[in-house]
Amino acid sequence: MGFLPLLAILVVGGGLGTTPFLLVILGILRDWEDGLFLLLAGVLLGAGLLVVTMRDIIRCGLAMIVCFLALAGLYVLAQAPLVAAAQVLVYIGAISVLVLFAIMLTQTKDAPSRLVFHEQAIPAAIAAIVLAVIVALAVGATDWAVGTDTARHPTPTAELAVQMFRDYVLPFEVVSVLLLAAVIGGVFLAKRDEPSG
Amino acid sequence: MQLAGSLDAYLVLSGLLFAIGTFGFLARRNAISMLMSIELMLNAVNLAIIAFGSFVPDLAIDGSVIAIMVMAVAAAEATVGLAIVIAIYRNRKTPLVDEYDAMRR
Repeated sequence: MGFLPLLAILVVGGGLGTTPFLLVILGILRDWEDGLFLLLAGVLLGAGLLVVTMRDIIRCGLAMIVCFLALAGLYVLAQAPLVAAAQVLVYIGAISVLVLFAIMLTQTKDAPSRLVFHEQAIPAAIAAIVLAVIVALAVGATDWAVGTDTARHPTPTAELAVQMFRDYVLPFEVVSVLLLAAVIGGVFLAKRDEPSG
Repeated sequence: MQLAGSLDAYLVLSGLLFAIGTFGFLARRNAISMLMSIELMLNAVNLAIIAFGSFVPDLAIDGSVIAIMVMAVAAAEATVGLAIVIAIYRNRKTPLVDEYDAMRR
């Protein structure tokens, strides 16, 4: 990459990154949490768009990691620290590595240079935009009858553990059996067939 | 303007991420890209669950528990899905889904 494109990326990225905090200083946003929310939301949506549009699939996988990281930050903002930690451990630590390994195992030399999208990409884009607009309208039109950040405090981890192993113990065990079955099934499916004799 | 303290902002963000995932699932040709789009959609739903838990105090703990279980199921789904893609790739030598046309010919 040349010097000028790198400089342009740095200037644009830095400008976009500091905009939320400028808005806070100017008083348009209420407090620093809002600035952080705006920054994380921008990173999340930008990385998500890169995941679905970039040509090189390895870069898509790396953008997916950035997307998950921004999501972990949003979980912290939404007062769910344990879920944020699980997000970093499970998604960034495990699923991303799994996806990157699968990409490396299935990449052909000519795959990146060929067409990335189906011919139905434009109808798909229209459908996705319509879906987003409908969701936004429905959210805006509904009165959720919840206060705005009244008495928000981090979810207590000890109570969460008690709840998980008392009220949710059956789903917990079902999920553990499901994971076991999925791991065995994954090994069986991806195993190279031995020549039968 | 209020963002981090309003449920609407979280839900709209979640809807946008879900729409991005939908687009990726419908439009990409690579099977692994489609699986990554499904992960994006699952994450969008998780964000909505966490947001509801954060704004309704009675639901905070349940929301977190359900989100963690969704993560576990997503991990199982990714394992099986990627194993299937690798198994098909071994037979057909391509990760592009529109070339999996054995049942159409």
